[in-house]
Amino acid sequence: MSKIIATSAIKGAHSIVGQAEEQLNKTIEEKGENQILEFPDTGYYLPIIYSMTGIKVEKLGDCKEVIEEAKKLLPPVPSEKIWIPYLGGTLDAGIATLWAEEIIEAIKYIDDPIPVGGIWLGAAADLIIRERGIEFVDGTAPGFAACVGAASSNEMAVKIARELQEKSIYVFMTGSTNGVSMAEQLAQEGVELGWDTRLVPFGKDITSTIYPLGFAARAAMSFGGVQPGDFRRMLMYNKDRVFAFVLALGEVDEAKYANAAGAINYGFPTIANTNIPEILPRGVCTYEHVVSNIPEEEIVSKAIEVRGLKITVEKVDVPVPFGPAFEGERVRKENTYVEFGGNKGPAVELLVMTDSSEVEDGKIEVIGPEVDDVEEGTVMPLGIFVEVSGRKMQEDFEPVMERQIHYFLNYPSGIFHMGQRDISWIRFSKDAVNNGFKVKHIGTVLHAKMHADFGSIIDKVQVKLYTNPEDVQALIGRAGKIFKARDERMGSLTDERVDTFYSCTLCQSFAPNHACVVSPERPGLCGAYNWLDCRAANEINPTGPNQPIQKGDTLDDNLGVWKGVNQYIYKASNQNLESFSAYSMIVDPMTSCGCFEVICTILPSTNGVMAVNREYTGMTPSGMKFSTIAGMVGGGIQTPGFIGISKFFITSKKFIKADGGLKRLAWMPRELKEEIGDAIEERAQELGLENFLDKIATEEDAQTEEEVLQWMEKVGHPALEMEPMMQ
Amino acid sequence: MKEKEKKMCSEDKAVLEVLENIDQTVETVFDRAQNMKCCPIGSSVSGICCKNCAMGPCRIRDDKVGLCGATLATIAARNLARHIAVGAAAHSDHGRDMAMLLKEVAEGKAEGLRIKDEEKLLRFARNLGIKTEDREVKEIALDAANKALALFGQQEGEIDFISLAPKKRQEIWRKNKIVPRGIDREVVETLHRTHMGVDQDPENILDHALRNALSDGWGGSMIGTEITDIIFNTPEALPAKTNLGMLSEKDVNLVVHGHEPTLSEVIADLADDKKLVEYAKSKGAQGINVVGICCTANEVLMRQGVAPIGNFLSQELAIMTGSVDAMVVDIQCIMQSLAEVVKKYHTKLITSSPKCKIPGATHVPFEDRKIYDTAREIIKMAIDNYSNRKDVKIPNITSDLVAGFSHEYIRYMLGGRFRQSLRPLNDGIIDGRIQGVVAIVGCNNARHVQDKYHNYLTKEFIKRDYLVVQTGCGAISSAKCGMLMPEAYELAGDGLKSICEAVGIPPVLHLGSCVDNSRILTVVSEVLAEGGLGEDVSDLPAAGIAPEWMSEKALSIGAYFAASGVYVLFGGEPIPVISSQEVVNIMTEGWDKKYGGKLEYVPDVEQILEKVINHIQAKRKALKIDVKKERVLFDMEARRELGNV
Repeated sequence: MSKIIATSAIKGAHSIVGQAEEQLNKTIEEKGENQILEFPDTGYYLPIIYSMTGIKVEKLGDCKEVIEEAKKLLPPVPSEKIWIPYLGGTLDAGIATLWAEEIIEAIKYIDDPIPVGGIWLGAAADLIIRERGIEFVDGTAPGFAACVGAASSNEMAVKIARELQEKSIYVFMTGSTNGVSMAEQLAQEGVELGWDTRLVPFGKDITSTIYPLGFAARAAMSFGGVQPGDFRRMLMYNKDRVFAFVLALGEVDEAKYANAAGAINYGFPTIANTNIPEILPRGVCTYEHVVSNIPEEEIVSKAIEVRGLKITVEKVDVPVPFGPAFEGERVRKENTYVEFGGNKGPAVELLVMTDSSEVEDGKIEVIGPEVDDVEEGTVMPLGIFVEVSGRKMQEDFEPVMERQIHYFLNYPSGIFHMGQRDISWIRFSKDAVNNGFKVKHIGTVLHAKMHADFGSIIDKVQVKLYTNPEDVQALIGRAGKIFKARDERMGSLTDERVDTFYSCTLCQSFAPNHACVVSPERPGLCGAYNWLDCRAANEINPTGPNQPIQKGDTLDDNLGVWKGVNQYIYKASNQNLESFSAYSMIVDPMTSCGCFEVICTILPSTNGVMAVNREYTGMTPSGMKFSTIAGMVGGGIQTPGFIGISKFFITSKKFIKADGGLKRLAWMPRELKEEIGDAIEERAQELGLENFLDKIATEEDAQTEEEVLQWMEKVGHPALEMEPMMQ
Repeated sequence: MKEKEKKMCSEDKAVLEVLENIDQTVETVFDRAQNMKCCPIGSSVSGICCKNCAMGPCRIRDDKVGLCGATLATIAARNLARHIAVGAAAHSDHGRDMAMLLKEVAEGKAEGLRIKDEEKLLRFARNLGIKTEDREVKEIALDAANKALALFGQQEGEIDFISLAPKKRQEIWRKNKIVPRGIDREVVETLHRTHMGVDQDPENILDHALRNALSDGWGGSMIGTEITDIIFNTPEALPAKTNLGMLSEKDVNLVVHGHEPTLSEVIADLADDKKLVEYAKSKGAQGINVVGICCTANEVLMRQGVAPIGNFLSQELAIMTGSVDAMVVDIQCIMQSLAEVVKKYHTKLITSSPKCKIPGATHVPFEDRKIYDTAREIIKMAIDNYSNRKDVKIPNITSDLVAGFSHEYIRYMLGGRFRQSLRPLNDGIIDGRIQGVVAIVGCNNARHVQDKYHNYLTKEFIKRDYLVVQTGCGAISSAKCGMLMPEAYELAGDGLKSICEAVGIPPVLHLGSCVDNSRILTVVSEVLAEGGLGEDVSDLPAAGIAPEWMSEKALSIGAYFAASGVYVLFGGEPIPVISSQEVVNIMTEGWDKKYGGKLEYVPDVEQILEKVINHIQAKRKALKIDVKKERVLFDMEARRELGNV
């Protein structure tokens, strides 16, 4: 009976809000109202509070207003008899709980920059949200499970985690049952925890449930273009787009009910393994609100059904767990049974299209020794040669598909893959080999995944796996020629040479107002989809998120404006945008979803621009951190003076061409400069710029716009002599 | 009256107990109902009467015509149109008074009153096309009041609130040319058209009657409800008690009765005024007990939790408990017989509206500006009368209830402050947990057992998973038999029960007074806007029933619901057109075809039940929600297709 839930949740909320007020008052007494209060590395303040009220909590004193609002939200506990309707009040109590808990959690960060210890991770930086965001956007991660409490046994905890991982769902763990938490159960069983394995231990206190829900609030603001304070859109965005749910494992106490009530506001239902009351009618959530008494063996599939989530898991016949969630698993040296390539021996991977008569679908050959022929600790040579055929296959798709080998080979648990082409590096863990994973399974994985992901362009896949040094060397020789030819072809592929660009609306599952226009010289701003990828994707799914855009008449060569592209943008932006310039950050620049690798921002007084990558958490000369700028640029808005781009685009010939190009670049974080320094140098030389790389300041040289200007004057930065960017 | 006959008067045990207790020489409405039969011609059971000119009255039956040649159908249509005009006038004039009050509040001339729901004022003003940004509340209120008042005298165009109806419905009205141009204009035109020798086409007369009714529902009544909420607050769910047992032996009992909220809201507000309570104590009472009857009771119940001690047929009986020290009446549904009854009891009968005087009653006129003074004066009169009590016999019968379901509150209760919407209601209907929504509203009628049809139908519908919404005297019927208690979910079918348990509501929702039927129009429009249940009111699995109707206002309400696309059934006494099959056909098949709604008289409650169920099930089928659907699961592609939120 739902009244029991309402009563418990409301009681829990009263207690948590009371606790927050007490802690707040005590802390204010000790530290004063001006004490800074923040989560590390975020531009979203206390994100649930910020997204719902627009209040920027920066100091302890700012919380007083929030606590007062939270108290107003608390309804009385429903009376025994002649109760007044309680659902609305319970949902309000849930939100009051989350606001109070954000304050409680943030206070922990005052005394200790890392208040959580052991396995616990605590607050996630914006960087993680953005990095992981793309996975939520493209469906690699269909949602997250907020697992509260502990499973009935360690074994069961592992089973639930593995099942969620295999379905690619993020596992966010908080709270405990009888002093034990699911994350601890996993750790005891030696399961690797962390963002990389999608098994994220946030905190053992129930109050840390605000981290998953804060993650969701930030997703709405950074990808959904939800303005802080627009609580309805924030919650509806999550209901419709972020497929999350709560797994209540073990006894559900009042505090847990209060948190569940908060989650229901987001459209995130609770599925419990204990016999608690249920709320079955739908409306706030897509389907049921609370479903209980589900055996742990069935809880994951039940949760997916209750949330209304469709997940297709390809069964790949390998003797270890398989799925994108295992992508981030590391295989340490001491756990390695056998490894291939790296800098220890030769390894290469090559995918080519071949005449259909020469390909036998499903044929996997291991030519040379298998893993059981070698001793633990051996380094083996490896040549992976994938031949595909299909009526719709084109040579241009070879590199697109070949690049996927990296991702696919990371999906089996216990297998690690890095690099590509002839610099690939693979490790098999001892566990994987003990479970029966062999070299031939590389073929099994590639055959299954190539069919699954590229089934509409290929008909047959066969894989040859060479483990004799001479065969590998021969393959390296053959591959070298092909790689060279491909690079030449890519280099000659320019915007002018094609008459078709591609749209990418992959992110419209998350950022409904944004559409990328991908041209040969401008990849998607996430860096993950270039023109060839989009073309292949269009072949695979002709009605999917990548549609051909006929450029049509060129309206402005310099700015990169085409009639056909404008028509497309008008439609795709729901008539919000009429024009778009591919080569300018000033005149009608491209909008962003929020997945950008880099943001490029004008520094008006320097006549130049800065580029900041999302990994950089420090202050930039624009006076804003990456997170803050990202908040202005995401969500499908044109913001003159700001563009979200991929790292690759910085060294493209078309990079802000109309605004003066690479020559404008005056500042970037050291890390980014090191990463793409060679490419910048190369492009600068094409432009005839001497020692240009050295003239770009980093945070070590300049931290304010004024210091950047001083630096530029000192080194003689070429942007100083250019025309003003803004007319 | 014989024992057996008494039992046939009412289902309300408190009423029966009073009837048992009273002196046989006191006459009640129930006695008169026994002693005087209904006029068979006036009720249209057997022919019809036209008295619109002095060549008549003409009694017409079958294919006979009046002296002027008017046919049975024409006369039936004209008579009905006049009834509707009167009903609409009653509601709209009430609405006008509220608009006048808003104006005085805005000008600071209404002592003690202020704008209590500013948010609602802003919505109301915006709906009237008034700019609200960067303006003082009082300025907005004044503009809104003036604009609302102007709608009464508007001659051309469309009254603004029409635009709140679903788009498709507006088109239907425009296509059939029945969009009200102004509120008063439509009443006047009805009177003109039905004058001797004007409109003689029954269908044409009735089309205008619908336009007239719409000017009530989407005009006068809506203005009345909205402004009452603005000044006295939008109702939110609250617990209360009902029935004659709420009269107090030890407190001064003051009964407010009628339909207007203004004076009664202030009287209720002053019930715990220290000075007045002291005064009451000085006269030997413990305190002041304000209770109500009819829709004045509903108004103060919805906002202040004041007990409604009875509905229309309980008004005389309340006095007969010997405990009512004063009954203050305003307008509508006040029996003249009260003045006779008080002659035998100590009760002071006070009239307060210049529009309603009763010989034998004390008239205490109240002007809006001195409303608190007037209220104090009336309360003092009641206190002064306390010591005159003689034989007091109060039935020890009460019931608990929860009321206060404004459309705003319904949205809130379904999603809280942050997710408020009607989505859970729509989903409940789509999933079949709620089969449909039935409005059971309207009066009591002394020719039928008080509350019997209301309660029977309500019980039968909730048992079958139909959510029941109520207003007016019908709501008080349900309250008295405990169906407005949240615990009454036990009486509901499993589907409705699951919704009641999830939200914490009773299976029967009390939406307010009879003028508040406009709230139902708003809810219906918002349900359609929420999506999943069609595009027009006529698509909805819903119906309206007035099983014990008696007033002309009920006819106006029935007509505006029919014109809005609802299947409306009247029970009990016939709609006074039934001797003309032609008019009956126009109002059923004819209107159904043109407007997707109809107004039908169905004497048998079992048949009402069956017809409503068949109608709603047919609508469910048309919406393709009659069979359980496979659950839709979303993959990434489906999410991208969601569009903007």
